Amino acid sequence: MKALDNFMQKIKPKADGKFPLAYTVWDGMYTLFFVPGHTNKNGVHIRDGIDLKRTMVMVILALVPSLLFGIYNVGHQHFLALGEVTTANHVCDMFWDKFIFGALKVLPIIIVSYGVGLGVEFIFAAFNKHAIQEGFLVSGMLIPLILPIDVPLWMVGVATVFAVVIGKEVFGGTGMNIVNVALTARAFLFFAYPTKMSGDEVWVNTSLEEGQQLVDGFSGATPLAQAVKGGTEALNTMNASVMESFIGFIPGSIGETSTLAIGLGALLLLITGIASWRIMLSTFLGGYVMALLFNLWGANPFMELTPMHQLVIGGFAFGAVFMATDPVTGSQTNTGKYIYGFLIGIFAIMIRVFNPAYPEGVMLAILFMNIMAPLIDHYVIAANIKKRLKRVSVKA
Amino acid sequence: MSKDVKIKRGANINLKGAAEKLHTNTITATEVVLKPTDFPTLIPKLSVKVGDKVKAGSPLFYNKEIEEVLFTSPVSGEVIDVVRGDKRKILEVKVKADAEIQYESFKQADASTLSREEVKENMLKSGVWPFIRQRPYDIIANPKDTPKAIHVTAIDTAPLAPDYGFIAHGKSAEFQAGLDALVKLTDGKVHLNINGNTNADEVFTTAKNVQINRIAGPHPAGNVGIQIHHIEPINKGDIVWTLKALDVLTIGKLFKEGKFDATRSIAFAGSLVKKPAYIKTVLGAKIDAIVKGNVEEGGRYISGNPLTGTKISEDGHLSFYDYQLTVIPEGGNNQFFGWLAPGFDKFSLSGTFFSKLMPNKKYDLNTNMNGEERSLVVTGEYEKVFPMDIYPVQLLKSIMVDDIDNMEKLGIYEVAPEDFALCEYACTSKTPVQQYVREGLNKLKKEMS
Repeated sequence: MKALDNFMQKIKPKADGKFPLAYTVWDGMYTLFFVPGHTNKNGVHIRDGIDLKRTMVMVILALVPSLLFGIYNVGHQHFLALGEVTTANHVCDMFWDKFIFGALKVLPIIIVSYGVGLGVEFIFAAFNKHAIQEGFLVSGMLIPLILPIDVPLWMVGVATVFAVVIGKEVFGGTGMNIVNVALTARAFLFFAYPTKMSGDEVWVNTSLEEGQQLVDGFSGATPLAQAVKGGTEALNTMNASVMESFIGFIPGSIGETSTLAIGLGALLLLITGIASWRIMLSTFLGGYVMALLFNLWGANPFMELTPMHQLVIGGFAFGAVFMATDPVTGSQTNTGKYIYGFLIGIFAIMIRVFNPAYPEGVMLAILFMNIMAPLIDHYVIAANIKKRLKRVSVKA
Repeated sequence: MSKDVKIKRGANINLKGAAEKLHTNTITATEVVLKPTDFPTLIPKLSVKVGDKVKAGSPLFYNKEIEEVLFTSPVSGEVIDVVRGDKRKILEVKVKADAEIQYESFKQADASTLSREEVKENMLKSGVWPFIRQRPYDIIANPKDTPKAIHVTAIDTAPLAPDYGFIAHGKSAEFQAGLDALVKLTDGKVHLNINGNTNADEVFTTAKNVQINRIAGPHPAGNVGIQIHHIEPINKGDIVWTLKALDVLTIGKLFKEGKFDATRSIAFAGSLVKKPAYIKTVLGAKIDAIVKGNVEEGGRYISGNPLTGTKISEDGHLSFYDYQLTVIPEGGNNQFFGWLAPGFDKFSLSGTFFSKLMPNKKYDLNTNMNGEERSLVVTGEYEKVFPMDIYPVQLLKSIMVDDIDNMEKLGIYEVAPEDFALCEYACTSKTPVQQYVREGLNKLKKEMS
């Protein structure tokens, strides 16, 4: 430790030297290894142990179950498509084959996402002479997890640049952005390269080696796409019943398929108090209520899908746990958080059901509510102001 | 009539080294200092020069804006130094104390028989007036105002805070005399806010002519701003005066004995103090005699508590309003992968440290920031420790952008920097919240005058 500290101090570039980027990178690395021993000068003399790095790391830890499951599931879906395993054998057969195959596919996406994103961040930080802020640590992990496995790497890079620059840096960087950075990347890809980002082709890796062929009747469609066509029945025939979807051996974006893994992450976020339980709870509640209303309506098989089923397919759970709860882009007042989350739930299911062209309603719902969040807060605070004014007039 | 208030939001920070309830000894201060910097927005004008002889109660300086407000010497002796800072700003007026204290004599009378003007005059002349602070702005009360109410707080919930009941025990007569003087100053009520967590001392429970309110709950329940908010919130245009119950004792002594007796008991606490206990000393006393041989090396000396106190050097002086001297370890060491450490020894209001599993543990916290300043990212953490019907983050942001109109609307008249101390403690982004609030209040005061 001491040796590392000495070494780092030795190679420390000048802050106002010829290469500001060098200093930014050094500072970023140094503060990663050591929480600097700055002490409080004015104000409080003691401070809470938590800092932004720790907050972000907690979110990343919470993402680990989804990531590991996602990696495994990529392999599982691949070998399923080849007919080398059956759906019943999701854990027993070829465990390491699946895991290694998945890792080889997923890790490059993560590396591109972090490499490009952090690169852009470092350049902006050096340019603005700011310390590097930790916001992208989480975004960089979220972006790969909400992408389909067959997305080309260059697209990941382009989308990340777009998201970091247009989604965040133009507003002033970490803490200032209006919409969720990771979802900006996803939305960018969705609208810029629709052929690569939707349809039935991209969700399962079907790269074939010599002598391999796809199993008969393979479609590659996600449960969501199937549910639009045939409701509960279609889901059950493709092995995506409520329980199976909950556990998550289904096609879909890398990290979003297993509600179970997401639930483990949610548990960590709630215990540590990093994510708002208000938003999480109300998002699920909103989704449940909307699905229930559609059940009553029942105009098509998709509407008749049970609320539980709606919540465990697609990106709903992932969005509710990791995206909606982003404190920067979400509602900031406690009352506002209930409204914000509830409406995300409502809109997510509504978009999904009404417009089959946009099966990923969650993404659009969250982006939309990100934009609405300041408005919600405005009215919540206006109510508080009104209450205070009333106190005066009652007295007078 | 009385009111019971239960504060739900907030947090107690359990630190090691709370003062044991016994008076170890009396420390005779050889040197005392009055610091104009203890009084926000004050512009001091000197009444003495170096070499002058003063008695306890002789003015050292006064308020340029309201000249009646005098700041008088806590001891008798000789003015030995006036320490100045940038632009010749007066930082300290030093008085070398006599061995035997000579007192100026002031009117000695039962305040209830005096008129409001007579009470005011006696308090202003003797130098006890600055103990009374006003909301809004959290500054010394303006004697020309008549406040809506006066709130006296008899609890302190800050970390390692002194037990006011222990210090005031047995001084009912002085306390009542002080309250009687305060009653004269307002057309409204004098509120005495006492501890509702445990049994308050009988000095407080038997007080007369006041409305006694019981306040229960974690810190910041002891902050007078929080108490006022729950008893009768301040609106725009209202003026409420506040003071600590221990200051009422000093005011009481003035009316009973006709002198400014600035001796006081303080809590000498903190993890580096060898025998944390109560000590009898005097307002503004130099602390070297107190700390010498009684503390471990490497400490930070704080006049006041670790959340709102002032950093002083080991031969520094106690501040005007403080009844506490805290010594905690100074930080400054880099922490290798500190953001990943399990953290059994760090106290956090978040759940990200294992120390959360040990709710009764007492902590030995140092002065490390435990991170670097960042943009505000996390939401909801201020609200958890800010028990007022005010949006703290939004108010803070309106202060940051100088939006006077919104500051007013969001309730800045009700708050003081100390009410935000826990927010500042908890802040993930390490924002200097109290400093911002102070600046906001100063700005508003300037705008309004």
